[in-house]
Amino acid sequence: MDLLNAIVAFANFVVLPAVSYGSQLALGALGVTMIYGILRFSNFAHGDTMAFGAMATILGTWWLQAMGVSLGPFPTALLALPAGIAGTAALVLLTDRLVYRFYRERKSAPVILVIVSMGVMFVTNGLVRFVIGVDEQRFADGARFIITAREFKELTGLREGLAIKSTAMLTVVVAIIVVALLFWFLNRTRTGKSMRAFSDNEDLALLSGINPERVVMITWIMVAALATIAGVLYGLDKSFKPFNYFQLLLPIFASAIVGGLGNPVGAIAGGFVIAFSEVTITYAFKKVAGYLIPAWEPQGLVQLLSTDYKFAVSFAILIVVLLFRPTGLFRGKAL
Amino acid sequence: MSDPFLIGDSLSGGYGRGVDILHSCTISVNEGEIAVIVGPNGAGKSTAMKAVFGMLDLHEGSVSLGGEDISHLSPQDRVAKGMAFVPQNSNTFTSLTVEENLEMGAFLRRDDISGTMAQVYELFPALREKRRQTAGELSGGQRQQVAVGRALMTQPRVLMLDEPTAGVSPVVMDELFDRIIEVARTGISILMVEQNARQALEIADTGYVMVQGRNAFTDTGEALLADPEVRRSFLGG
Amino acid sequence: MTLKPRDMTLFLAVLALIAATGFLQSWNVALGILNMGLVSAIMALGVNMQWGYAGLFNIGVMGFLALGGLSTVIISKPPVVEAWDAGGPRVIFALLVGTAAIVAAILAWKRMPVGKARASALVAVLVAGFFVYRWLFDPAVAAIEAVSPARAGNLGGLGLPVLIAWPVGALLAAGAAWVVGKTALGLRSDYLAIATLGVSEIIIAVLKNEDWLSRGVKNVSGIPRPVPYEIDLQNSERFVERVSGLGFDPVTASTITVKLAYAGLFLAVLLLLLWLAQAALNSPWGRMMRAIRDNEVAAEAMGKDVTARHLQVFILGSAVCGLAGAMMTTLDGQLTPSSYQPLRFTFLIWVMVIVGGSGNNFGAVLGGMLIWYLWVMVEPLGVALIGGITAGMPDGFWLKAHLLETAAHMRLLTMGLILLLVLRFSPRGLIPER
Repeated sequence: MDLLNAIVAFANFVVLPAVSYGSQLALGALGVTMIYGILRFSNFAHGDTMAFGAMATILGTWWLQAMGVSLGPFPTALLALPAGIAGTAALVLLTDRLVYRFYRERKSAPVILVIVSMGVMFVTNGLVRFVIGVDEQRFADGARFIITAREFKELTGLREGLAIKSTAMLTVVVAIIVVALLFWFLNRTRTGKSMRAFSDNEDLALLSGINPERVVMITWIMVAALATIAGVLYGLDKSFKPFNYFQLLLPIFASAIVGGLGNPVGAIAGGFVIAFSEVTITYAFKKVAGYLIPAWEPQGLVQLLSTDYKFAVSFAILIVVLLFRPTGLFRGKAL
Repeated sequence: MSDPFLIGDSLSGGYGRGVDILHSCTISVNEGEIAVIVGPNGAGKSTAMKAVFGMLDLHEGSVSLGGEDISHLSPQDRVAKGMAFVPQNSNTFTSLTVEENLEMGAFLRRDDISGTMAQVYELFPALREKRRQTAGELSGGQRQQVAVGRALMTQPRVLMLDEPTAGVSPVVMDELFDRIIEVARTGISILMVEQNARQALEIADTGYVMVQGRNAFTDTGEALLADPEVRRSFLGG
Repeated sequence: MTLKPRDMTLFLAVLALIAATGFLQSWNVALGILNMGLVSAIMALGVNMQWGYAGLFNIGVMGFLALGGLSTVIISKPPVVEAWDAGGPRVIFALLVGTAAIVAAILAWKRMPVGKARASALVAVLVAGFFVYRWLFDPAVAAIEAVSPARAGNLGGLGLPVLIAWPVGALLAAGAAWVVGKTALGLRSDYLAIATLGVSEIIIAVLKNEDWLSRGVKNVSGIPRPVPYEIDLQNSERFVERVSGLGFDPVTASTITVKLAYAGLFLAVLLLLLWLAQAALNSPWGRMMRAIRDNEVAAEAMGKDVTARHLQVFILGSAVCGLAGAMMTTLDGQLTPSSYQPLRFTFLIWVMVIVGGSGNNFGAVLGGMLIWYLWVMVEPLGVALIGGITAGMPDGFWLKAHLLETAAHMRLLTMGLILLLVLRFSPRGLIPER
C-alpha cells in the first residue's frame, strides 16, 4: 500500500507536472528549431512571440466570454485559438517582411540575425505590455479538474490523491495532436518535404525549383501556430504573465539544443528531458521517501535543489550536452 | 549539321566583379549527344559549365537553348526551361529518403511523376531497393546515382554534370559512365565536366579541352584522344 | 585613432541634451542621468570588447553586473559577527568542498583513461561531493540566516572601503567569465549566447535566494559610499557657509555636490578605461583580435590560438562589466537582486553598443550615454505624447484610460525600434569602427 501511495504521490507531483510542462517546452522548442532549420538563426524573440500569441488568444477569449460563448467543460480559449494564431501569423509575417527579409537577401551572418531578433524581441515585448500590461491575467474557464485529489482518494482508498488538472490533460492532448499534424505535414506533403529539403540543402532546393520565399512564409505561419499554442497552453496551465514567457526562453533553447538544433524529434525529446529533470530535481521527495522507507524520518525536504534554481537544471543539462555531444541527442541541423 | 541544341557562345565573365575567369569560351552540345569538358586544374571547366547554367556574371557572349536565347534567365528559370544541373558537392538531400530526393527533383512538375521515377529506378536498380533509406546512408557511388536521378526527375532536355565521378572507385565510374550513355540514348543531351579525361573522352561525342579559361582544343572525343599534342599535354602520354 | 569633428559634435549633442534637462527640469535629474550614463558607458565598453573586438556574443551581461554589485556587499559591509560565529567558517568550508569536488571530477575526466571506469568515477565524485557539500552547507546556512533575520541574516562583508569593491567586482566577474569561457567558447556563437544567458540567470537566482550571502529579496541597503553624505555636508558649517556665499540653497547644493563627486569618480574611471581600451585596440594584440574576428579560419591557419585569445577578451570584457556593476551598486547604495532584469541589464547594453558603433570604443561610450538618456526620457516623453493624443478623447473613454495607463511601456518598444532602425540603416553605428 505504501508503495502505491509513493507511486501516486510521485505521479501527482512529478510525472503529471513534468508531462504537461514538457509538452509546453516541446512545442516552444519546435518553433525555435524550425526557425533554426529553415531561416538558420536562433530566434531570441520566440518567447515574446509566444506571449503575443497567448495575448491575442486571451483578447479573443474575453470577447467570446463577453458574448456569452462557452465550451462547457473546455476552456473558451480553444475557440479563440485560431484567431490568436492568425493574429500572431500576421505579426511574424509582417516582421519578416519589414525586418528579416532584408538580411536574408543580403545573406547576413546568422549572428546578425540573432541581434536583429533581439530588436524584434524588444518590440514584441513592448507591444504585449502596451496592449495587455505586465500583470498576471487569468483566462482559464471550464472544468478545473478531470479528477480531484479527494475523488481519487475516495475512489481508490489510498492516502495519496492524484489530481488531474483539465488544463494539464488538455496540454498533453493538444500537444500530441499538433505534433502528429506537424510530422504528417513535414513527412507526407509536398510542401512539407520541400521544407525539409530546403533545410537540408538550400542550394540544391533552389536547383530543384523550390521557391525559398514560399518556404520561409509557410515556416513563419507554422512557427506562429506552434508559438501561439504553446503560449496559450502554458498560460492556461499556469497563468499568463508576459515576463514569464521571456524566462521560458532559456529552457526552450536548452530543449532545442539538447535535442539537436533543427531536428523536430530532438526538440520534443529535449523538451521532456528538460522538463522531467527540472521537476524531479527540484521536487521535495520527503513524502515519497516517507512512504518508501517508513522508518526514516528525514529532517529536510529531501530536495536536491530549491525550485528557485530550476534554471540551473536546464543549464547544467545544456552544458553537459554541449560538452559531450555538441550536435545534441539527435543529430541537429536539418529539419 | 544544324545549330547545336545548347550553346554557350563566346562567353566571358567571372564571379561578381572579380577578374574574368572565362575568355571568349564556347561550349555546345547537340541533341542526344554527350559533350565533355576536360582540362587541367583551375582551367575553368566547372566555371564554363556554371556560365552555361547562369551562375556566372557574363559580360560577353550568349547562351541559347533550342534556338531560344536564355542568357538573361536565372538558374531556376533555366531549370524550368529543361536544364538540369548536378553539382559536384552536396548534390543530394542527405536527410531525405532516396524517394523523397527524387520527388524533390520533380518539385516543379504538376503531372504524374511515377513514370519518370520508374525509369530512374530502371536505370539505377540499386536505388529502388534503398528508396526508403536516407541519401546520407548510401555509398558515394549510390549517392551520385541519387543526384543524377534527382536531376532526371525534372524530365530535362539537357543534363549537366559537374565531375560526377569525383571520389568514386574506377568500377563505379565505369558503371556510372554506362548509365550516362544510356541516358543520352533517350534523347537527353549531356554536358559533363570530368577530371578523368581519358575515360570521359572515350564516351564523348564532342570534347572540349580548356586551358586558362579558353578553348584550347575542340573536336570529337575520338579525335582528341588520337591527337598527340592533347595526349602529351593532358592525358599523360 | 582620433575623434573626428563629427564625433565630437555627437558627444557635445548628448551632453547638451543632458544639460538641457538640467536647465529645463532640474540639475539633480540631469546629474543623475549623467552618472548612470557614465556607468552605462563603461558597461558598453565591456560588451564592445567582446563583441566589437572579437565578435563574441555575450547576453549574460546582467550576471556580470550583478557579481560586481555583490562585491560591494562583500567588501564594504561590516561583518555580522554573530553570523560568522554561527556558521561562517562552515559555509566557507562547504563551498571549498563543493569546488574541490568539481575540480576532482574534472581532473578525473582528464587524467583517467577513456572508459566506463572514468564515467563512473566522474559521476561518483560529483554525487558524493554534492551530498557532502549539502551536509556541510545546509545547517550552516540555517544558522546564519537565523541571526536577526530582519536586520541581517547574512554574513555581511569585510568592512573595507567600498572603492576596493570595484576592482574586486571586476575580479569576480572575470572568474565567472573564465568558467563560462572555458566551457562555452569554441562552440558555435549561439551556444555561447545561450550559455551566458543561463549563467546570468543562475547568478541572479543565487543573489535572490542565498540570503546568507546577499540577503536575497530582503536587499542589502546602506552600502557605504566613497563620497560624503548629504546630511554631513548640510551639517558642515564650512560647506553651508561656502555655498550660501555663492548664493545656493544648502540642501540642493549638498545633493548636487554628492552627485558631482560621483560624476568625477566615474569619469576618472571611464577615461582610464577608455585610454586602456584604445591602447589595447591599437596594439598588435588588438589588431590580432580583429583579424581573428574577421577571419577565424585564416587566423587559425596562421597559428593563432583563437580559443585562448577569445577567452582572454571574454574575461577582460566581463571584468569591465563587473567593475561597472560594482560602480552602479555603489551609486545606488543598495543591492536589490530582484531589480536585475535581462531586458534592462543585458539587452539594453547591447542596444548601446550597436547604436554607438560596435568595434569603436568611443562609439560604445557615446551609445551608453545616449541610450541611457533616451531610456530615462522616453517614459515621460511617451506619457506626454499619449497625453497629447488622448487629449481630444472624452474622459472615461476606455481607450484613453488604457493608453494613459500603458504609456509607460513605450520604452521597450522605442528601444527595439531604435535597435532595428540602426541595424538596418546604419549598421556600423553612430561612430563606426575604422
